[in-house]
Amino acid sequence: MSDIIRRDPRAEWIARNRLHPLHAAMQKAETRWMGPNGIVRKNPHAVGFIGPNGLKRIDRSGAQQGGSSKRTTASAVVQLPLQVIEQPAFYIAVVPDMIGGRLSSHDKDLLGLANKLAGSDGAVVAVVFGEHKESAFDSAGVDRLLHIEGELYAGYAPEQRVLALSALESQLAPRHWLLPDSRTGGGELGRRLAAKLGERPATRVWQVAEGQCIGRAGAGREDLVRRAPRLILAAVECAEPVSDTRHEVRPLELLDQIARNLPRIEDLGAVAVDPALIPMAEAEFILSGGNGVKDWTQFHQAAAALGATEGASRVAVDDGFMSRDRQVGASGIWVTARVYMAVGISGAIQHLQGIGACDKVVAINLDPSCDMIKRADLSVIGDSAAILAALIERISTHRQGGARDAA
Amino acid sequence: MLPNNLHIITLVSIGAHPTSGRARRAEQDARAVELGLRLAGDKLQVLHAGDAADEALRAYLGMGLSELTVLEQSSHGDALPLLSRYLQDAGAQLVLTGSQAETGEGSGMLPFLLAEQLGWPLVVGLAEVEKIENGMAQVLQALPRGQRRRLKVRLPFIACVDNAAPAARQSAFGPARRGQLLACEVTIVEDSLLAEARFQTARPRPKRLKVIKAKTGAERMKAATAKASGGGGQVLKDVSSQAGAEAIFKLLQDEGVLR
Repeated sequence: MSDIIRRDPRAEWIARNRLHPLHAAMQKAETRWMGPNGIVRKNPHAVGFIGPNGLKRIDRSGAQQGGSSKRTTASAVVQLPLQVIEQPAFYIAVVPDMIGGRLSSHDKDLLGLANKLAGSDGAVVAVVFGEHKESAFDSAGVDRLLHIEGELYAGYAPEQRVLALSALESQLAPRHWLLPDSRTGGGELGRRLAAKLGERPATRVWQVAEGQCIGRAGAGREDLVRRAPRLILAAVECAEPVSDTRHEVRPLELLDQIARNLPRIEDLGAVAVDPALIPMAEAEFILSGGNGVKDWTQFHQAAAALGATEGASRVAVDDGFMSRDRQVGASGIWVTARVYMAVGISGAIQHLQGIGACDKVVAINLDPSCDMIKRADLSVIGDSAAILAALIERISTHRQGGARDAA
Repeated sequence: MLPNNLHIITLVSIGAHPTSGRARRAEQDARAVELGLRLAGDKLQVLHAGDAADEALRAYLGMGLSELTVLEQSSHGDALPLLSRYLQDAGAQLVLTGSQAETGEGSGMLPFLLAEQLGWPLVVGLAEVEKIENGMAQVLQALPRGQRRRLKVRLPFIACVDNAAPAARQSAFGPARRGQLLACEVTIVEDSLLAEARFQTARPRPKRLKVIKAKTGAERMKAATAKASGGGGQVLKDVSSQAGAEAIFKLLQDEGVLR
């Protein structure tokens, strides 16, 4: 928003023309002025404005709302200051997990830690394998981005990835390597890299300060305090994520070819797991039904077709359509699904609390004004039975198409 | 689908009870022993580097083992060189370990370093061995969120198990008393870590505060009372159910949750 005061010739013209229909409305209501004897006079009736309910409101925050005063533009998004590091003194390399192609909160914490270690003259290099969907690398604190793509890195290829990282090691010799100590890949990749580079890593690190790092040891009854080594595998919430700077995400290229190895581990792909056996709290994809679902047989069919774990709102459980251990929400299970599909759930606050950790929420509902629609990333307004039927249909054609391709 | 002359070695350590800290069999190592017993039966060899007099080791014997090999060293020794020297000549086809120790550093590096030194492939999070034939093993790897991945790996290899592996059987008292602890004399290597690092009782992690960067009181009030709202969500209204289903299908496919 610009703070430059501009003249408004039209408003001035209306102010001169007392016959103009908008004259009275646009007349600036003076609330205080200097009287002829040098005394400040006030008009208490002109203070404030008429609110939406017809009551007079007085806003003392300074943001006078009821017309008059200065014209304000809609407040624009504040642009954070851009931090440019032209000639970095050293590099901090970060290999984020990129679950679902985006930076997770663990990755953002890690980038925050990397920025803390880099200070003002180091640069943070993020290494991303394969396709990604992230658009906010700049505000997460990435100075340089090394994007490694190719068929070799698709699927489960930890040995090839370690080779790529050791190529980066020989090119930049980063002062620190930071990886998330997570089960989704970072923990494994970091340990493989440590074995390859011959570095002794600090694992499950939750604090790095003044050259010392503290990490959990053993089964979590002890902490290990040591000098921060080159390779750090950090736990969640190891540092605050970057929040008040923007960084140039300058692409970085590897100078040398990455060595190729003959893969000793062959990835044969994911195995179909019965979604009903996955604990709800850690299921990745949940189809949840509520009061708006009338045809429960069709709901179960849809869950089977989608390969989703079933969940339910409290109403559906109370009415006996689903078992109690399937209830999502404050008094049920707090789920962490990546995709949560709510069918006929209006979104009581207790339910919304339970899905607080979910990434993407899809809502199917008849009521366009319910709270679930406000939370959802994609909402379809309409009859749930018809939409579920169409969805089952769409997926079966997709599956058949896939089967034909394979044959 | 398993050959009957499979040579499997399971590496075990001494665990610590999470509350009392009393020595016990380590949870994940016991799972590794369980997996080994299912694959090789009583031909399973179990190996420990440490003190042979430790009573907690007998809990492994109680799972139905007749003997347990111990490479004798003090608790400050480095287990890695002993184990890698032993495994080089042992001729094992599969070495099973837990993911991380319950005492000491517990960095979980041991299987990775062993694999690097021996030049063997390493499988992390082994859940099940499906078949072994022609020098190749087909195994299931446990992924987060209850997912499984099928891998094919060349023998010999090292695998570490985590909590997705089958739960360990109970330890029985009689077999635990009868089992033999075979101590081997080896040269001891000191661990360099303890020269510079120190252990302290685990402090509870500071809870992260929700920091609200608001300049005015009105903004703070808004941040404190705001309901969870995406705001930027896409709303499809007055569309046919086919079009709605298509949009949902597209999102599910972009997220990669349709298998």
